[in-house]
Amino acid sequence: MSETTTPELDERGRSKVADVDRSLYDFKKPEEGYERYGDGLTPDIVRAISAKKDEPAWMLEMRLKALEVYHERAMSPNWGPDISGLDLDHISTYVSPQTKQAQSWDEVPEDIKDTFERLGIPAAERESLAGVGAQYDSEIVYHNMREEVAKQGVVYTTIEDALHDPKWEPVVHEYFGTLIPMRDHKFAALHYAVWSGGSFVYVPAGIRLDYPLQSYFRLNASGAGQFEHTLIVVEPGADLHFIEGCSAPKYFEANLHAGAVELFVKDGARLRYSTIENWSKNMYNLNTKRATVGAGSKMEWVSGSFGSHVSYLYPTTILQGARSTCEFTGITFAGATQDLDTGCKVILNGADTTASIDTKSISKDGGINTFRSSVVIGRHAERARASVSCQSLMLDDISRSDTIPAMDVRCGSASVGHEATIGRISDDTVLYLMSRGCSEAEARSMVVNGFASPVSKELPLEYAVEMNNLIKLEMEGAIG
Amino acid sequence: MADQLLSISGLSAGTEDKPILHDINLSVGAGETHVLMGPNGAGKSTLGHVIMGDASYQVTSGSIVFDGQDVTAQAADRRSLAGIFLSYQAPVEVPGVPLYSFLRTICQMRPELKTSARKFRERIARISDQLDLDESFLTRELNVGFSGGEKKKIEMLQLLLLRPKLAILDETDSGLDVDALAVVSRGIEAYRADCDGALLVITHNTRILERLSVDHAHVMVKGRLVAEGPASLIDEIDAQGFGRFEGAGEKAEA
Repeated sequence: MSETTTPELDERGRSKVADVDRSLYDFKKPEEGYERYGDGLTPDIVRAISAKKDEPAWMLEMRLKALEVYHERAMSPNWGPDISGLDLDHISTYVSPQTKQAQSWDEVPEDIKDTFERLGIPAAERESLAGVGAQYDSEIVYHNMREEVAKQGVVYTTIEDALHDPKWEPVVHEYFGTLIPMRDHKFAALHYAVWSGGSFVYVPAGIRLDYPLQSYFRLNASGAGQFEHTLIVVEPGADLHFIEGCSAPKYFEANLHAGAVELFVKDGARLRYSTIENWSKNMYNLNTKRATVGAGSKMEWVSGSFGSHVSYLYPTTILQGARSTCEFTGITFAGATQDLDTGCKVILNGADTTASIDTKSISKDGGINTFRSSVVIGRHAERARASVSCQSLMLDDISRSDTIPAMDVRCGSASVGHEATIGRISDDTVLYLMSRGCSEAEARSMVVNGFASPVSKELPLEYAVEMNNLIKLEMEGAIG
Repeated sequence: MADQLLSISGLSAGTEDKPILHDINLSVGAGETHVLMGPNGAGKSTLGHVIMGDASYQVTSGSIVFDGQDVTAQAADRRSLAGIFLSYQAPVEVPGVPLYSFLRTICQMRPELKTSARKFRERIARISDQLDLDESFLTRELNVGFSGGEKKKIEMLQLLLLRPKLAILDETDSGLDVDALAVVSRGIEAYRADCDGALLVITHNTRILERLSVDHAHVMVKGRLVAEGPASLIDEIDAQGFGRFEGAGEKAEA
């Protein structure tokens, strides 16, 4: 954090801070010598990406097919936040640092290593993780996993590497693109045409990992897109906690993130998927995440979203097997210039399935939060139960918060519940805390942190700390 | 008046559209115990809040001097750090803020109370014991889901932790059962004994005063202080009510 100077005062004597200090995230590295493909999208670029990765023929075919679908589709979505500032003809779909993927941080080029060190990734790896992947722009620059985990047959690698391994290429082929089809929406098609990087995780039956695996995505290049693909297969009875973190420095040109996350959770398994996203505020975050869950299994999502200019993000869970459950815990924080359209979808198909969705949103300085939830209970989902709770906190009069719940119940024995509240920080609360010695800013961030605590409690410690710091940064100087 | 801890002179205050307090003069010496009584709606709580620095009231004239400093224009946090404490009639619930870390935070921000984690834990244990407060409370969220009596105990806990020079107790006794009232009385006694602080007790129930040695009693009616006297004034009110003062309030207003 840099030194704060005397804040500028507005006409009512309240301090006003134009932009929060994001110096922790907001450092740029030169991209000199990087391989950067031309803007826009042509079959040549798609072929070049595929050739560089030396992919099997089926993958190139899939990319070219996806490119056709992408061109067929009209610009979408057209029902949420404005994305007209996103000019796809001026987004680089592939920017690669000229480095080989390393297994030791010492082999990672100095400036890239410095980036991840400042984000605390190597330290977290030493202390509390079973494995780490780090992506910089379009390519994974570091991937490593503890030996004892590898010995159990766990695979944690890039999809590119898996495609070059005769043992895993058929597995990737079996699952890749089946849960999120390329025809899902225009940006899914774009993703399949130019995807690069991401992770492939395979946890064999009955294996339970004691420590999480973590992938960190950093987009350093300006005016570029990141299109990583995450494919996770958790076999029956296995247990995995996967963490993803994302950030980028701020540029004036628009950046695009259109990743895809496909999660396959087999019978009697458990997967916890935690995300903390802090893209810079020029980012269009049009990401798609989906999980399918087998009998007696559990899918847990924990999500903290702070960054991006525009987000469309609705992680989807298909509770296919009987007695499977989904828990979704999420928070979004929208400040000035941010329009975040987020939420969650659950499709309950199996009997006795349960879903609980608990989300919170914080809006300030004109930020817009829209929460959309969709709960679909299928015809055969006897006794299925779903509850949706959405709490919003508005920090001023110029911000906005909307809740749009949808429920489609096709089974008579199922039950669903929904509650939504929108609140403000009451003057009484601020006075109470101030009368115990807290400054007004401290009082407000205490209330906001308290509001967010059900989510931060669910995050891994270093991310909970990061989230609390982010809230503190966002709240600093924001009195009134 | 240099020896006075709190000197209020000619204070008028109210909300934007409604004057509430009129020309209040009140002085509290260090270590003294004052009682402020009066019928419902007289403005007693408002005076407590204005002394604390509640920004929802505006001071239209007069001044508040505390410990030699004019605090009239100061915000509540500055007054708190200077040594004023207000125990609320209805303490606010703050979800997601753990009580223990809150207490630690408000102590660590004061140079005179800053201490190691271990010593702090010992202090909390001692005070919890004094107040008959189960330590499992400390892991709960600040005032969330606490009964009325429990909330008052948490206020007493903060009072004993912060050791203010002046404690304003706003209807701390209201809505308490006999046992809780006894605990709160013990808390007030402990404050008097350990911290040698001054007290301004706002109440309309004289039971809490039975075990306190009161130096001065004040009566407020319709936003004006209409009577001041020794502790015997309390017994008088106990026997006769506020009837004889209510005319005084009107006269003063006329």
